[in-house]
Amino acid sequence: MATNTARAQDPALQIGTEKLLRLYRQMVAIRLFEERVNDLYTRAVMPGLAHLYIGEEAIAVGVCEALRKDDYITSTHRGHGHCLAKGASPDLMFAELLGKEQGYCKGKGGSMHIADPETGNLGANAIVGGSAGIATGAAYASKYLKLGRVAVCFFGEGALGQGLLYEEMNLAQLWKLPVIFACENNGYNEYTHFSESTAGDVNARAAAFGIAVETVDGQNVRDVFSVASKYIERARKGDGPAFLQFKTYRYHGHHVGDVARAYYRPKAEEQEWVTQRDPITLHGEWLMKNGIADRAALDAIQESLVTEMDAAVEFAVNAPFPDADKVDQDIYA
Amino acid sequence: MLDTATAVRELTFGDAIKEAIAEEMRRDPKVVLMGEDVAEAGTTFKVLTGLVDEFGKDRIIDTPISEAGFTGIGVGAAMTGMRPIVDIMFGDFLMIIMDQVANQAAKIHYMSGGRWKVPLVIRATMGATRRSAAQHSQSLHAWPSHIPGLKVVVPSTPYDAKGLFKAAVRDDNPVVIFEHKISYKKVKGPVPDEDYVIPLGVADVKREGSDITIIALSSMVQTALRAATMLEEVGISAEVVDPRTTWPLDEKTLVESVKKTSRCIVMDEGYFRYGVTGEIASMIQEQAFYDLDGPVRRMGAMHVPIPFSPSLEDATVPSDRQVFDLARTMCNR
Repeated sequence: MATNTARAQDPALQIGTEKLLRLYRQMVAIRLFEERVNDLYTRAVMPGLAHLYIGEEAIAVGVCEALRKDDYITSTHRGHGHCLAKGASPDLMFAELLGKEQGYCKGKGGSMHIADPETGNLGANAIVGGSAGIATGAAYASKYLKLGRVAVCFFGEGALGQGLLYEEMNLAQLWKLPVIFACENNGYNEYTHFSESTAGDVNARAAAFGIAVETVDGQNVRDVFSVASKYIERARKGDGPAFLQFKTYRYHGHHVGDVARAYYRPKAEEQEWVTQRDPITLHGEWLMKNGIADRAALDAIQESLVTEMDAAVEFAVNAPFPDADKVDQDIYA
Repeated sequence: MLDTATAVRELTFGDAIKEAIAEEMRRDPKVVLMGEDVAEAGTTFKVLTGLVDEFGKDRIIDTPISEAGFTGIGVGAAMTGMRPIVDIMFGDFLMIIMDQVANQAAKIHYMSGGRWKVPLVIRATMGATRRSAAQHSQSLHAWPSHIPGLKVVVPSTPYDAKGLFKAAVRDDNPVVIFEHKISYKKVKGPVPDEDYVIPLGVADVKREGSDITIIALSSMVQTALRAATMLEEVGISAEVVDPRTTWPLDEKTLVESVKKTSRCIVMDEGYFRYGVTGEIASMIQEQAFYDLDGPVRRMGAMHVPIPFSPSLEDATVPSDRQVFDLARTMCNR
């Protein structure tokens, strides 16, 4: 029957078993990483600020799995997921988060500034919307130097309030630059619902520049991967930028210390996303339903990652802090 | 000081800058220049006229009126293999791009633990007395000088402008160049037609003297030299020293001059308060206190928004007569 045929040929199956399992693995890796960040932070082992990506893993993973290693990303204050998804090593990530010498930035950047040329990570950015120019500039350089690379600019819906974003979208479309504006709409600009800050239709803003736009379920990693792949390859071919709005949710507060948040966000709403729309649970169930993995296989993925993450934390905790005399190194190249 | 015997021709300040840009663009295909009306229009000051004919619109790039937008592109492109020059028509517009300059370009090398570099040149203008009023006349080089990670160039002669500009393009750090817009056509001087580079951070003694040191930057160098000629007529030998860059700052040359003359005036067209003159005067007093006959004196732009009316505007900028009078008082002659 037609309906059975359609079900048997879920287009997501075309992604391929290996990639479908890798999407799962990468999401679990980020989840486990962030759970350990939460633990390190609440135990006062991690200084500074911690903005957790838990709940949004499908976006970083789906998009970055559609990129080449030499493609570029820019990230945000909530950036651990993007960095890991683009290939960062958890031990060097944790070391940076704890301010250690072996960290990605020698302890000089911290949680909000992880950067890694090896994996095309131009840097997380603590200015909301601040990396829109950097990503667009990397796309410009890729086009000028004929490198065939695509740049993805990750930003939250809070950045929709920043003027720079619109200047960059105009320039990107005008010059047909290979840049993807990846808007992670988790519904809240810090402690304010985005409907209180955002007039009109979000996608229409990008569409007004003639940029290709699409709204994506940010909790469905297969959808994220498929849509991102389509627009990344389109950009790579020279057909210009895209604006993708991923609907998602952060399970935790704006930062780890944002615990009493009922004044801006109902508990029931949080519970609904956590229990009904968790990207890892949903993808795991889909993998089992489609016979790609059984529960034991998924558990095995999780267990091996737990071992890896615990070892990464141990490495970072035991790593030395930089000597104070390094403070004035790396100011100038 | 330039050995004029080997220099065969005179160029205007503006033509020296154009020659520097053209030579660097011929030398390195990764050098591009972008800004408002830079191509066929050759900038509003007509400084770049003709460059687009040689290098084409792919390398002399007209942008929308989006200073922050194209500066951001410059930052990202600089990180990913290019050596862009961004053209900021009026230095006053520096405020529009300050996040890209101060929070992004200046800090990326340090925040990434030295892993990313930003070889970006930002050229902007400075200088009053053009009857352009409060938003097109300021000399704001103290602003980027305040930010670690930036280098700041303030050339005063055509020879210096060419050599310093070429050094800036070859520097692996973000460099902001302030060009005195009145000097573009008014100031002429000998410029060798061969390739030469003036290292950033080396001051130049523009005129030797023994009674008083006048440390002057950019537009104020010409004013100081005129004052020195007037002082000579009354028997005072003034030494004029041009730091050429506010950062790096050649403290040694400045201090040596003051130790020789025992008197010092620091003059600059930036606002008098909290500016370059305060920084340099403080450094001199810390390093040459016991060689001084009296306090280091400062002259700068009046602490007022620059007015439009000629009779008002001219009162805001230090004049050769004022320097002359102050120097005479300091020398008791």
